[in-house]
Amino acid sequence: MTKYRIFLALIAVELATLLCLYGLGLFRFNRSAPEVVLLQEMAAELMLTDLAIWSEATYARHPSQADLFSPFQDYPSAIEHFPSGSILAPPFAERRGAHE
Amino acid sequence: MSKHLKILEFVLSSLLRRKFKNLGIVAVFSFVVFILASILFLTHAFKAESLAILEGAPELIVHKIAGGRHDLTALRYGDEIAGIPGVGRVLPRYWGYYYDVSTGANYTIMGATGSPRSTLQLVRGAFIEAGQRGVCVLGQGVAEARLTGLNGIVPIMGANGELYRFQVVGVFTDPSTLLTNDLMLIAPEDIREIFDIRPDMATDIVVQVFNPSEVANVAKKIKYRFPELRPITRTEILRTYETLFSWRSGLVILTFVGALVAFGILAWDKATGLSAEEKKEIGILKAIGWETSDILALKFWEGAVLSLVSFLTGLIAAYLHVFFFGASVFAPALKGWSVIFPEFRLRPTIDPYQIFVLIFLTVLPYIAATIVPSWKTAITDPDIVMRG
Repeated sequence: MTKYRIFLALIAVELATLLCLYGLGLFRFNRSAPEVVLLQEMAAELMLTDLAIWSEATYARHPSQADLFSPFQDYPSAIEHFPSGSILAPPFAERRGAHE
Repeated sequence: MSKHLKILEFVLSSLLRRKFKNLGIVAVFSFVVFILASILFLTHAFKAESLAILEGAPELIVHKIAGGRHDLTALRYGDEIAGIPGVGRVLPRYWGYYYDVSTGANYTIMGATGSPRSTLQLVRGAFIEAGQRGVCVLGQGVAEARLTGLNGIVPIMGANGELYRFQVVGVFTDPSTLLTNDLMLIAPEDIREIFDIRPDMATDIVVQVFNPSEVANVAKKIKYRFPELRPITRTEILRTYETLFSWRSGLVILTFVGALVAFGILAWDKATGLSAEEKKEIGILKAIGWETSDILALKFWEGAVLSLVSFLTGLIAAYLHVFFFGASVFAPALKGWSVIFPEFRLRPTIDPYQIFVLIFLTVLPYIAATIVPSWKTAITDPDIVMRG
């Protein structure tokens, strides 16, 4: 009767790991709260409207400022006009730079 | 209780007899949970972070629309909007995009000046003082792309074809990358010159409204008075981000569906029938006196052992992946065409609802898929089962 003990121990270890990670997460979350307030204030001071995550297209950089439903729209959920959009891979930065 | 522990012991021995097959199932199951949980954690963390930070975004922004496109906004609109009751300060914003040939990256250039108290705490170096020209404050992504730092020089090609040189007086620090990574701040006078913005124009106008519950009303009045203008409220900005980082959005849903289909195939394979060896095992157990309910308990524990181990392993791996390794597995897909891309330092936030969704999508169907075919076999005569 040892296998079930090993199994239960394994589950207990996994649960404990998960709880530890969750606890650590909560600690990190609370510790970074002043940082978020600072970022909030910075957004207000510099009048920023969007996160600087994607810089490849206007609608990706400023989703909240993207245009409304117009022809050839720039919008995150816009339907692709050409199938090429889902096939083409991004070109290499070096190659793109060389053409300029 | 002791009966179930004995059944569990039997299940574990039985699973270990087919250890390679079962290890394979655990590996695939864990991977599916890992992908699904990573997507849910990542989108939730993005959403929580953006909603928290953008609480500070301007409460009302107004820009002109011409031919369905964003156009420069005349400053005279600001003067007229300032006359609407409840409206406080009206400030022009100057910003635009710049494609840097030497790095292949797009920057967001913005006009800013003064001594913003909180911003200064997130800048290494100094900020642009009022009237100071030819200097800039860079986001970390721009500084890294240009291999420059404090006191470095950033050349920008103006709309008139002339090259403008900006001395770096400040660089945004690490904690602010989510807001400032591709940002280049310069004096408003400089940006007007570079982008050739006429003195009576601005990119858009920020409108301060004294009473937060009046924002929608003021926006409505602006739209009524100036149909060519588009007001964007902070609530709309926050709603955009809520939709943007929903698990139903874009690529996320595709990946999600892909992983779910993979799991469906795994569960279907299990549900469509038992192997001859498994059927024989059930037949023998029935023949030596096991009840149908015992067989069902046995199969329940079999499903529970495999799915519980896989679920917890997948969940731990996903948590580490998203919150400790910056979702590096998804990075190529997330990065897309962006040359400048911030390193995520997302704050760990988990919605219990997501964990329940994951359990309902993976653990419960798997246990059901294990029990149903066994029940069919268990209610058949053991003699027939053993003969196949």
